[in-house]
Amino acid sequence: MGYIIKGETGDWELVIGLEVHAQVISKAKLFSGAATEFGAEPNTQVSFIDAGFPGMLPVINSVAVEQAVKTGLGLNAQINLTSVFDRKNYFYADLPQGYQISQYQQPIVGAGTIEIDLPDGSTKSIGITRLHLEQDAGKSLHDQHPSLSYIDLNRAGVALMEIVSEPDIRSPEEAAAYIRKLRTILRYIGSCDGNMDEGSMRCDVNLSVRRPGAPYGTRCEIKNVNSIRFVMQAIEYEAQRQVEILEAGGTIDQETRLWDTGKGITRSMRSKEEAHDYRYFPDPDLLPLVLDAAWVEGLKAGLPELPDAKKRRFMEQYKLPAYDAGVLVAEKARGDFYEAVVAGRRDPKLSANWMITELLGALNKTGKDVEDSPISADALGGLLDLMADNTINGRIAKDVFAEMLATGKPAAQIVDEKGLRQVTDTGAIERTIDEVMAANADKVAEYRSGKDKLFGFFVGQVIKASGGKANPAAVNELLRAKLQG
Amino acid sequence: MTNLTHLTLAAARDGLRAKAFTAVELTEAHIRAVEANRALNAFITETPDRALDMARQSDARLAKGEGGPMEGLPLAIKDLFCTKGVLTTAASHILDGFHPQYESSVTANLWRDGAVMLGKVNLDEFAMGSANITSYYGPVKSPWRRADGKDLVPGGSSGGSAAAVAARMALAATGTDTGGSIRQPASFVGIVGLKPTYGRCSRWGTVAFASSLDQAGPMTRTVRDAAIMLRSMAGFDPKDSTSVDTPVPDYEAALTGDIRGLKVGIPREYRVDGMPAEIERVWQQGIDWLRQAGAEIVDISLPHTKYALPTYYIVAPAECSSNLARYDGVRFGLRVEGKSLNEMYENTRAEGFGAEVRRRILIGTYVLSAGYYDAYYKKAQQIRSLIARDFAEAHKQVDIILTPTAPSTAFAVGENDDDPVKMYLNDVFTVPASLAGLPGISVPAGLGEDGLPLGLQLIGRPFDEETMIRVAGVMEAAAGFTALPHLLRGEV
Amino acid sequence: MSLDKATVARIAHLARIKVPEGELDHLAGELNTILHFVEQLNEVDTQGVPPMTSVVAMGLRRREDAVTDGGQVEAVVANAPNHVAGFFAVPKVVE
Repeated sequence: MGYIIKGETGDWELVIGLEVHAQVISKAKLFSGAATEFGAEPNTQVSFIDAGFPGMLPVINSVAVEQAVKTGLGLNAQINLTSVFDRKNYFYADLPQGYQISQYQQPIVGAGTIEIDLPDGSTKSIGITRLHLEQDAGKSLHDQHPSLSYIDLNRAGVALMEIVSEPDIRSPEEAAAYIRKLRTILRYIGSCDGNMDEGSMRCDVNLSVRRPGAPYGTRCEIKNVNSIRFVMQAIEYEAQRQVEILEAGGTIDQETRLWDTGKGITRSMRSKEEAHDYRYFPDPDLLPLVLDAAWVEGLKAGLPELPDAKKRRFMEQYKLPAYDAGVLVAEKARGDFYEAVVAGRRDPKLSANWMITELLGALNKTGKDVEDSPISADALGGLLDLMADNTINGRIAKDVFAEMLATGKPAAQIVDEKGLRQVTDTGAIERTIDEVMAANADKVAEYRSGKDKLFGFFVGQVIKASGGKANPAAVNELLRAKLQG
Repeated sequence: MTNLTHLTLAAARDGLRAKAFTAVELTEAHIRAVEANRALNAFITETPDRALDMARQSDARLAKGEGGPMEGLPLAIKDLFCTKGVLTTAASHILDGFHPQYESSVTANLWRDGAVMLGKVNLDEFAMGSANITSYYGPVKSPWRRADGKDLVPGGSSGGSAAAVAARMALAATGTDTGGSIRQPASFVGIVGLKPTYGRCSRWGTVAFASSLDQAGPMTRTVRDAAIMLRSMAGFDPKDSTSVDTPVPDYEAALTGDIRGLKVGIPREYRVDGMPAEIERVWQQGIDWLRQAGAEIVDISLPHTKYALPTYYIVAPAECSSNLARYDGVRFGLRVEGKSLNEMYENTRAEGFGAEVRRRILIGTYVLSAGYYDAYYKKAQQIRSLIARDFAEAHKQVDIILTPTAPSTAFAVGENDDDPVKMYLNDVFTVPASLAGLPGISVPAGLGEDGLPLGLQLIGRPFDEETMIRVAGVMEAAAGFTALPHLLRGEV
Repeated sequence: MSLDKATVARIAHLARIKVPEGELDHLAGELNTILHFVEQLNEVDTQGVPPMTSVVAMGLRRREDAVTDGGQVEAVVANAPNHVAGFFAVPKVVE
């Protein structure tokens, strides 16, 4: 049973499609040679082309084309060897040419699919309708002056990939899973950094509701949802809003709505009475983009192993459970890190546990991931090696790990400096056991008269007396022998 | 000393090299001519100081035995080419005060080759027109007169360029041609006007009217001059995605004078109903000249000819409606304030654009709008394919096509402007070649009954300007056109 | 196809050109003359004819991904009717 809204008159199902605008990673813009870096001073990264001066002309960036094709391949999509750039005509202050160069009827990438990973461990296929290249617009600041808006064109002309999903999404969770998966794929390919905070990945939601099995209802588009959390909230709110209208016997107006972060609602955009007639036509300053099939094949061959394939391989090759494999492939850097650790002949399961529970657990607390890890794959491997050869036990290892995080020093160095070597010398352990037994003669007697549970007490005491360094297995064996007398 | 302003560009070039006079002398003579002929209103911006500065630099180079192919030659630049630091208006109010921070590729090529800039010349606003009567800076008058004494139009849109060259204010001028704006004015004022193959000259830095049609080209007094100037203007530009990467030949070398065995096509559809007898006569004369020079005359058909003009008047306005959206008062030019952004746009563009430009933007907006795209724009682009196909078929049979350039001699200011469509008919012979992207040249062939110039047009194969120039040279020699505009009679 | 006043007003708004109410009729007349002129294209059978994409018969040329432009804010705002601290300034837009 999927996600259902229970209305007074019956059940309602959500029908959701997502349009993601992903800024392409490239040095220069789509049709001009200005830089794409985020955060520069206003209008310092603007070509006369971006500013729409008279006589300026577009020339397409080869890397932007490559990134779009690679992304399409990563989405298992059809690559259109011939595609056309069209002008989308409208007026706005952040659109200097009075049109956006986009692709309308013949986009560079056609239909594809994404497998999304749901919280319960299952997967679902979501269709991709198309992907096309287009120019980003500039930025307007409306709050700097009482009667003026300020326009910065640094972003104008940056390459965007618009990725449109089929309306196959049925719940807020699925929407979140879709965005996460898409983001992961983009980051694996290196075509977009997926940074929703900085706006390099933006999401518009198209949502309608219907009775299960009924035809599609009228949909609304929701803009300005700039985080996964807000996407989920906006979906919940908008679905409820539409259900209430329909339950009351009303109809849904097809319109564009804005997500209001402050109020947690969607509201109609003021310009809704202005029906946009974009008057698309092929841009006469450009020619059809023609790709060579062999070149596309070459890009396909050069793609990195993508998350789904990597996850399957991790499960098979390293015998990892689906959840663990999923965590390790969520970022390409994690998978690479993990395999570097395992490559040093470390136990895959142990390596996975330590990476997930200890390393990622610690890093994610401060919003970081393996790229910012003070502990390298090699260093983590070093720690695991010390456990494998019994130099230290698991408990000590955790302390060493904490020290490694804080200081960046290698495990072996910390063990030596702090004298944390596991005590395996049976003579020393026996001596400690003797001391403990001597200090707890009464308990020894109780144990020998049948109180087996006290064994754990003795183990704890011996380990403590050894400063945690005694090898637990040796302690167990020797203690049992001595207690039995 | 020969009147320096009556030299051809080639003769001036040779004279400079032979040190018969200096570049500064040559430029000074032209500056005086510009000043003396202000009544024609050919110039929007005169740049005498810059011209002299450039001329001095040319003299320095020439003294060292250096110097480019256009060294020291004073030119008029159509005010559609962005010239760095120099007011560029496109003859529109909406570009008030616009000083480009960049130089167009075509003019950059000319300065690279040593040419001198006398100033920016007048045109129909945004290159839309056939009479140079829509300019914000006022109409241009032709240096030719009619018996009734009325002011005549020089043709358009490159009317200022045409008047400047015909009145000997400049040795040559740059023009642009979208539907005939080089060729038709050349025909009206008795000079040579050459529109190269689409993609031959870069469009970068040239104010765009209709992107798939616009081409820069030379306007000169002789075919040789046009060949010399085209060589400098043309060339691949990586900044223009529609620029074709093919070498620029020495066009002057194409003037062999020998056209024996060449096949000349005469398209029957260019014989339009109601065509004045004198147009037919001069066309026939052209046919005779070429036949006598050894060419073979072939009857051809270009079946979709009559649809060229309506096709053009859908495609060009559609593209211009989008190209002119950038004129919005935000980043350059005129701004008329408004209470809101939209009001500012609407006020600025209403005041900034003239009536013809406004009409074309509205037509263009309409034919692209929802529900009408297929019926108008798509249909027009399909017919454009058919027109191009007609020419491609014809070019299998013939090497060059000969037609009249314009359906009449120059008319008077005020005539023909009551009805926009009537004005459009001026381009009936020039528009087809534009739609097909083919090179075309107008050569002065004779005078009409009213004593005004008549031109003949040659249309060539794509990127075969050489053959076109070769035939034009032969036709020019046969025509022996030496008539001077009335303004200059008594000067030489 | 004939344009009425309302359509002309709508197109004028799409093109962001203010046309005073009193001029709409005359303008409609002029535009209708032009539209009437182009109507003759309907005579042509264009079944199966591909619309012309460009007279230049080649694919789109791609350029190297390198920063070769920008870093010229003064030049970019030099012609602006109103600019403040490097920004273009326009009447405030309320969203």
